[in-house]
Amino acid sequence: MSVMTRVSALVRRHSTLAILLVPLIVAGIAVNTFGSQLLIDMYTYFCVSLCMVFAVQMFMGNSGILSWTHIGFVGIGAYAAGILSTAPAVKSMGVPNMYPMLVDLNLPVLPSILIGGLVAAAVAAVIGYPLMRLSDFAGVITLFATLIVIHVVMTQWDNVTNGPRTFFGVPDWTTITVGIIAAILVILLAYWFRESALGLRLRATRDDRYAAAAIGIDMVLVRYLTFVVSALVAGIAGGLWAHYITSFSPKAFYMSEMFLLLSMLVIGGSGSISGAFSGTVIVTVARELLRQLESWINNAHVLSFEVYGLTELVMALLMVLVLVWRPGGVIGGQELRWPLIKRSGKDTTPAEEGQAAA
Amino acid sequence: MIDLEFVINTLSLGSLYALLALGLVLVYGILKLVNFAYGEYVMVGGYALYIAATLLGMPWYVTLVIAVLAAVVVSYLTELVAFRPVRNKSANAQIITSFAVSIFLQNVVLILISSRARAVQLPFFFSKTVTIAGATTPVRNLLIIAVTAVLLVTLSVVMKKTVLGMAMRAASDKFTTTRLMGVPANLVISAAFLISGLLAGVASIFWVSRSASVDPLTGAAPLLIAFIAVVIGGMHSTVGAVVGGFVYGLIFNLLSITLPASMISYRDAFMFVLVVLFLLFRPAGIIKGGYTEERVG
Repeated sequence: MSVMTRVSALVRRHSTLAILLVPLIVAGIAVNTFGSQLLIDMYTYFCVSLCMVFAVQMFMGNSGILSWTHIGFVGIGAYAAGILSTAPAVKSMGVPNMYPMLVDLNLPVLPSILIGGLVAAAVAAVIGYPLMRLSDFAGVITLFATLIVIHVVMTQWDNVTNGPRTFFGVPDWTTITVGIIAAILVILLAYWFRESALGLRLRATRDDRYAAAAIGIDMVLVRYLTFVVSALVAGIAGGLWAHYITSFSPKAFYMSEMFLLLSMLVIGGSGSISGAFSGTVIVTVARELLRQLESWINNAHVLSFEVYGLTELVMALLMVLVLVWRPGGVIGGQELRWPLIKRSGKDTTPAEEGQAAA
Repeated sequence: MIDLEFVINTLSLGSLYALLALGLVLVYGILKLVNFAYGEYVMVGGYALYIAATLLGMPWYVTLVIAVLAAVVVSYLTELVAFRPVRNKSANAQIITSFAVSIFLQNVVLILISSRARAVQLPFFFSKTVTIAGATTPVRNLLIIAVTAVLLVTLSVVMKKTVLGMAMRAASDKFTTTRLMGVPANLVISAAFLISGLLAGVASIFWVSRSASVDPLTGAAPLLIAFIAVVIGGMHSTVGAVVGGFVYGLIFNLLSITLPASMISYRDAFMFVLVVLFLLFRPAGIIKGGYTEERVG
């Protein structure tokens, strides 16, 4: 095989990545060059959202467990990174009760974000193992309960998080370039993870836990390892978010935000990388348009009363419609591949057809 | 510390929680659906009470009927419009649907009424206090105990003696087999949602009466309480849900009087740690249900 054939075979094999990453980079460069500041900010936020969504996708898409907890790991990562990178003077002013030991800590931003991810992963490692034994109703409720516990601790432990009040003064570091690079790395990781030995074993437990156990897969262990890895990514995404938004409170890491992440995953299809990506695009665009519409209605006094909550209302409707119409999401369990439109028949592998059905 | 007042408080709180848990578990038993929209039925009941009593000034007995009816109707409509189309889809699709329904209902009242809390006019005798054997307690605490007792007895008669009740019990054991016996699936599931709405509606009256106000997020706390009670009691049986409700009421009151003041704000976290521990060491709950299929579908 010549070098050219090899390269083209490689590109063909990983055409999904090209279909997703090329537009991401091209649009990013276009926005950065020609876009307004508002558009640049929105694109950065979109890239950070991608990181969060793929953190959840790694766990939920491959294990089939609906996780409410990951926004809590995003929050842990955000607080940990924020505490490490914010200047001591700002912290002693902004968080009056903070432990003196934490006030003195100060690191550059990038190591802070990475350590934030590690802290989130450590929390996941401590609490995760027993949680991974549960499936179905019990699994959903415990992960939901875990989010509530994390939230209560965040709002009450004011020596660390400033309690329910705003934590501010985090340096503004996450630019559009940082956002795009981070999103690319996370997508590559999620793509590689899906096909890795661990990812394959986890997907086997998702599709049939008894058959998986019969061929010697330790379901709890593979779930647990993935839980910790995805918490690491979620924590890093939280750190990136903290250095984009610069001030936040525990409210930002609770159910409505988790619902937003889940809606991105569900609308696109949590089973595939392409699905999670498209869902994030669709939800981000739809949400932004609805927000514009909502503020236009309120400012132009089209109606005699102000409408707050229209965005959430329509998002909820959209979601139910997608679930009724395509329960596997718009893209479903299959990856987008080049060429996008096939002339005849499908040439997907049996494994992928199984996912599309699931 | 443990006197008659504590007993009455615990019984009334436990009754309320038992109603909430029972409504949740009836639907879960048959559909295997964790209904995140359940709390919103309580919220809708509260708003119906607000509209009927505070805005329209109707007599108190009419307002109570309207509140219960509103919860029943909304519960049925959510089943018809949202849950029925996704019934055969994956468990995650169903859970997300129920969460979307919950967000939808919250935002409907947010847009149509207001994000701020509204005062609710309750029947005059609710907040009157009576003294029994030296224990002073509001009338509503005694009322909820009586109402719950009546509802539980009626419900267990319906479930044990009527054809519909037997069909529902059979469906929560083995849904497919029950359908093969000629029981229409839609009927059983609709009945479960109607009863679930009824219990939520009755609970909403007493839930709202504690703060005498209602806001779009009123449904969150009852939902969490029902979750905890169901997990503690056992999610595969209706008896378990009722027991769970009372046990939760007892634990909650005990924590309230024993936790030091500085820790009281962590009470919710304690409750949920308890839930997680329960699931880990006794996943079946206090009352272990019979054999159940994993899911319908």
